[in-house]
Amino acid sequence: MGLIAPLFLQLAQMALVLAAAPLLTGFVRTLKARLQRRAGPPLLQVYRDLAKLTVKDAIVATDASWLFRIAPYLIFATTWVAASLVPSFGTNLLFSWSGDLIVIVALLGSARFFQMLAALDIGTAFGGIGASREAMFASLAEPAMLMIVFTVALVAGSSQLSDIATFMHSGAAGLRLSLALGLVALVIVALAETGRFPVDNPATHLELTMVHEAMVLEYSGRHLALIELANALKLLLYISLIASIFAPFGIAALGAAPEALALGLVAYGVKLAFGAIMLAGFETAIAKMRVFRVPNFIGAALMLALLGTLLLFVSATL
Amino acid sequence: MFVAIWAERDGDAGVVHLAGRRDGGAAAEVVSLVTSGLHFPSIGRHHPSAILMERAIQDLHGLIADGLPDPRPWLDHRSTYEFKPVIGAGVHQIPVGPVHAGTIEPGHFRFSVNGETIVRLETRLGYTHKGTLGLMRGKPINQAAQLAGRVSGDSTVAYAFAFVRAVEQALGVVVPPRTIVLRGIMAELERLANHFGDLGAICNDAGFPLINAHGAVLRERVLRLSAACFGHRLMMDRIVPGGVAVDLADGDTKALTTALPALLAQFERLVELYDKTASLQDRVVGTGRLDPAIARRLGCGGPVGRASGQDFDARRDISYLPYDILPIVVPCFTSGDVDARVRVRMVEIRQSVALILALLDTLPDGPLRTPLPDDASPRAGSATVEGFRGDIFAHVRVSDGHVAGSFLRDPSWFLWPALEVAIEGNIVADFPLCNKSFNAGYSGCDL
Repeated sequence: MGLIAPLFLQLAQMALVLAAAPLLTGFVRTLKARLQRRAGPPLLQVYRDLAKLTVKDAIVATDASWLFRIAPYLIFATTWVAASLVPSFGTNLLFSWSGDLIVIVALLGSARFFQMLAALDIGTAFGGIGASREAMFASLAEPAMLMIVFTVALVAGSSQLSDIATFMHSGAAGLRLSLALGLVALVIVALAETGRFPVDNPATHLELTMVHEAMVLEYSGRHLALIELANALKLLLYISLIASIFAPFGIAALGAAPEALALGLVAYGVKLAFGAIMLAGFETAIAKMRVFRVPNFIGAALMLALLGTLLLFVSATL
Repeated sequence: MFVAIWAERDGDAGVVHLAGRRDGGAAAEVVSLVTSGLHFPSIGRHHPSAILMERAIQDLHGLIADGLPDPRPWLDHRSTYEFKPVIGAGVHQIPVGPVHAGTIEPGHFRFSVNGETIVRLETRLGYTHKGTLGLMRGKPINQAAQLAGRVSGDSTVAYAFAFVRAVEQALGVVVPPRTIVLRGIMAELERLANHFGDLGAICNDAGFPLINAHGAVLRERVLRLSAACFGHRLMMDRIVPGGVAVDLADGDTKALTTALPALLAQFERLVELYDKTASLQDRVVGTGRLDPAIARRLGCGGPVGRASGQDFDARRDISYLPYDILPIVVPCFTSGDVDARVRVRMVEIRQSVALILALLDTLPDGPLRTPLPDDASPRAGSATVEGFRGDIFAHVRVSDGHVAGSFLRDPSWFLWPALEVAIEGNIVADFPLCNKSFNAGYSGCDL
């Protein structure tokens, strides 16, 4: 196998996540609308919104510094790279060696860092509120995420996602309590990080309750388009991450035949759809949490992941 | 109880009218005072609920309330508004509005917060001044009634009802029995539609849009039913001086008697969902508590007052027609939180359906209107009607078939100050929820 085919596959994965992310977000929105007896927007509305925002003028606050202008590009770039490193339809792609869980945590962490700086930069009250809430949640979600990484890495013997997915796919892991704890913790972290219920309301128009939306309130035009796209990518990333660690079935191995790749692609689509359905159902059935309850909620994820790691030190088979 | 204070001015002469109500179910009484110079003694010194209205009097008529504790302008937006200073380490301000992200009326909220905790909230209204009372002055009574129905669109029936009752009291008109019952049906349909909408909107602001979706469907059904029965979704201009403008056909009576119990059955399923969703209960119970003593001091009526121990409902306590013949159960809670305000509305929804069915049952035949007498002598009348937000007070002076002066007092005058008190110590993110549970109107107190 030469260099061209793996490179092509890697580029295909990058293009795939970028193209599929708005569809996934649109799918969740449509599902939620249907569950609430509304017709909801068309499936492709997110693409149209992005196209509309791209051609619109970007209005920048007079107090904004250069940071405010470059932040959307940084946020988008880091999130896109992170999303492309998570195995989707195949493992051991060309750049898989860099697809380490800790790298992904760090990439998302930098995206958040720039988002918070940009929110504080313009000096409006809502930017400050959003950034302070985000910091409060992130200070618990990030350690929880790292504990999850440790749990999974201890089981799989590697923190590289491609290796983890291959290991999990082989069935060698078996049923483990620590992995179950890790899964629950990862779902909680994913909900918090992607700004979904019960932590944040992605559809709210109430400025005072916003977290993520409050931070991006002053963005418009192409800047907003990039942030929205990064947000969609983040949702896709977390569903892919959960799928590649805990449900890697159908995933194609290195140098697999085109049929296996096609199967991997179909399996990936099914996993995303399943994730979207679960998310929409969950968000419909639950109310948003009081802001000060959220640390308890994310704290539970931290404790579960910690417990998972500790169990592995007690016994390697748990 | 303080009910309302308003003024009129003619050149250098000012008249200030004060309406009050004795405890124990008497109708409101009005006393008038001719001002000495342009000054009158402030009632707000003793009744904090009067402060906003006296500030409005100062702005609208240039009269001066002596001793008014808070003399800042209210409706007059020409000068810079001095918000009350909040001093302390780490206290900062969050300005919200008057332009909001949602489609709501304009109002500015100034939060002084310490971290997430609200130390003080000040509301700044007066962005929708329409001069309704000025427009009504000098108009024929029928036209003035139409204007009265446009003070607050969601309470158009209650406003028209209050205004025409005041006119009828002034002129000594007795309306036909069929009219009385039809007015009651319309008033209850309006309450039903608004309570359904509020129930959903409150849950939506707690981040539970499912109940909002169903609440909106229920509200829409009531509106369509109203359109089918009375020819207008909000039943605007359906209550006219001396009677009602439309009759209820026999077919429509049947439509109401079959549709309303079905709506109620759907509603009960929502109540069950509300009770059983732990995450929703966690948001509403204990949030935005309004102390009963403060509710009394600020004169809060309606669901907000009843959720805070104010056992008053104009339908029962002033017992105007057609409610004098019907038993009215007034739900009254003392917890004063968002949950209590939701539960008051739930009981009132059931009650309204029962009332409509009972009224339909007794619907007598007969004419729809009594012509107004051609009496040129100046007379005055007043009336109180229970709208969905609380009691609406109307006072009118008529002369020669025209309105010489009138005042319509919205319950929201007393709700906004109460909201400012109830929100203290809550967190910023809970404000939309508390605000929606009060659902104070902007238009009604911005005449």
